[in-house]
Amino acid sequence: MNNQKSMKFRLGTIVDALLPVFATLAALLVGAVMLLILRVNPIVAYKALFEGAFGSTNAFAETLVKATPLLLVGLGICIAYRGNVINIGGEGQMIIGALLSTWVGLRFTGLPGWLMITIGMLVGILGGCVWGGIPGILKAYFNVNEILSTVMMNSIAVQLMNFFLTGPMMDPAQAEIASQIPQTARLEEAYRLPRFVPTRLHLGALIAVILAVLVYILLWHTTLGYRIRAVGQNPPASRYAGIKVHRYVALSLILSGAFSGLAGAIQVYGVNFRMITDGSTTGFTGGVGFNGIVAALFGQLHPVLTIPASVLFGALLVGANTMQRVVQIPSALIMALNGLVVVFVVSSEIWRKRRQTKRLSIADEEEEPNHGNSNESEYLTEDGR
Amino acid sequence: MIADLFNLTVLLGILASGIRLATPYLYASIGETFSQRSGVLNLGVEGQMLLGAFAAFYVSINTGNLWLGVLAAMAVGAIMGLAMAFVTVNLHAKQGISGIGFYLFGLGMSNLLFQLLVGTVETVRGFPKIDIPLLVNIPIIGSILFSQNILVYVAFLLVPAAWFVLNKTTLGLNIRAVGENPEAADSLGVSVARVRYFTIILGGTLSGLGGASLSVALLNVFQQNMTAGLGFIAVALVYFGGWRPWGALAGALLFSMVNALQLWIQVLGIPIATELAVMMPYILTILVLTVSGRKMRTPSALTKPFEREG
Repeated sequence: MNNQKSMKFRLGTIVDALLPVFATLAALLVGAVMLLILRVNPIVAYKALFEGAFGSTNAFAETLVKATPLLLVGLGICIAYRGNVINIGGEGQMIIGALLSTWVGLRFTGLPGWLMITIGMLVGILGGCVWGGIPGILKAYFNVNEILSTVMMNSIAVQLMNFFLTGPMMDPAQAEIASQIPQTARLEEAYRLPRFVPTRLHLGALIAVILAVLVYILLWHTTLGYRIRAVGQNPPASRYAGIKVHRYVALSLILSGAFSGLAGAIQVYGVNFRMITDGSTTGFTGGVGFNGIVAALFGQLHPVLTIPASVLFGALLVGANTMQRVVQIPSALIMALNGLVVVFVVSSEIWRKRRQTKRLSIADEEEEPNHGNSNESEYLTEDGR
Repeated sequence: MIADLFNLTVLLGILASGIRLATPYLYASIGETFSQRSGVLNLGVEGQMLLGAFAAFYVSINTGNLWLGVLAAMAVGAIMGLAMAFVTVNLHAKQGISGIGFYLFGLGMSNLLFQLLVGTVETVRGFPKIDIPLLVNIPIIGSILFSQNILVYVAFLLVPAAWFVLNKTTLGLNIRAVGENPEAADSLGVSVARVRYFTIILGGTLSGLGGASLSVALLNVFQQNMTAGLGFIAVALVYFGGWRPWGALAGALLFSMVNALQLWIQVLGIPIATELAVMMPYILTILVLTVSGRKMRTPSALTKPFEREG
């Protein structure tokens, strides 16, 4: 009898863990139906997508290059979510991080490479902190909805970027030939993140993975992380326990912004070696600020699980371009499907929750009934979720 | 050059374009007011507007009938609303995040369809201006207020209509009850689910219509991501307006006037970088949210899913 129950437990846990996978499969299925309507063989399309992402060493390296900023933004989303704030401002935070780090990289020449790269990354982080911190402070002390303010901050950042890349920071060489491409000059060779030649995979990918582990440690093995999570779960109880709630609400957005800012800096120092856009709102970021949310959700808002999730979505985005070439289906399809993945993942949460309450009630029957609030404190210290 | 702004014709010009530009904000924020009043934060507005704008544009250029285009936009918005309602009411999905999902879906989908079905820049012959007899002859303001296209008039008439429905009808009472205290409403026999389905679908329909007002009444083209954050601003205006239709109107007007001012600054060649001028409405939104933030009385059940006990 007991055995049977624990079997059910384990099965339930596995199903819970696989829910995002089912959600993605469901979205791809919807995509397949759309492709059929468009008279495209979905198998051919998805095969092109897969090969574009994993078909060769180079393809896989490109996937990882794309996954790196997704992971970084996603890590920020994990932190924010634990503090119960929603950060939609990844786009803007990336842009400001990239703008500032590009500026220092171009302004100070002739420094040792490692030093400039370190400074560049730190400045990028600072930019992200500021751009995430404004909505954070406004939420904590002025009750401003952070979803709205981060979206507004995105639009402001895009305009700042367009202003600087076509004005004060525009590539002088471009200005000379009267070209209108909004881009800065290139960083000098020494300032570029080391690459794993012959691919374009750069050191930033490794940094991101290490940071994922560090975020896990931060959230579940430090006082700071504990407080962020406590505030996220139960603000009144945290206040009663003496935690300065406002401060930690602001802090989770500042930290969250830091990661997006770093993502922007790495995009400049590791991939393009300059800041460049195409005039559209996602011209510089490629929508990473939004897709990072998708990746984090897919990784169940757990920093370590966000690593494979980012690789998956990096693959989808890289593969989408191949798919566009092979079957002439615009890569916008993948963006639409990503939206569906988000909807399906948050919708599937209900099954996890139902099973959780069921599990608790079974546990109650087996052991002594719970006294007081032991459940809640257990939840807070529980590893992994 | 700054002095040019204070010339009467320019001021009237700003006023006139401000009133026109308020239209899409009005549709979207009135719709959002209804859904938030019933306790549902619909963040998919932007996606609904984009798909609505595309539907209106596409159907209009292919049938030559603008009204069919508007109907298509409303239908697309309603379907998106229905999906949103199912996900938030039945599946208790997190409203903020699922809204972002619907936004990404609408953004990707409208891009995809535009590239596949249209591809090039095409213009629609949009709704013509209608002069309201007599009123249009009022000196100075007559031509500003009473020489607009039909979707502008409808948007402004929607405000008192929404106020009436919310405050003077049983339906409105039920909506407010469901948004403030769903348990109590439920025990009095009001179906929380049915009310929320109604408001979310209504919100979607109006967002679609707002999108249509952009593509077939104001700009008469479709561009990828043409709303550029307008839907999110509309959501912010609901907060600004204190969840009241008249408040949303005030917010929409303030916002569109600043937008019009920004456009006129560019037209007059006042030496402020375009980008910095375009930024103004967004900065204004944040400032407005900051000022109104503290005294805000949010509907109590906003973003909280409702589950019947037992």
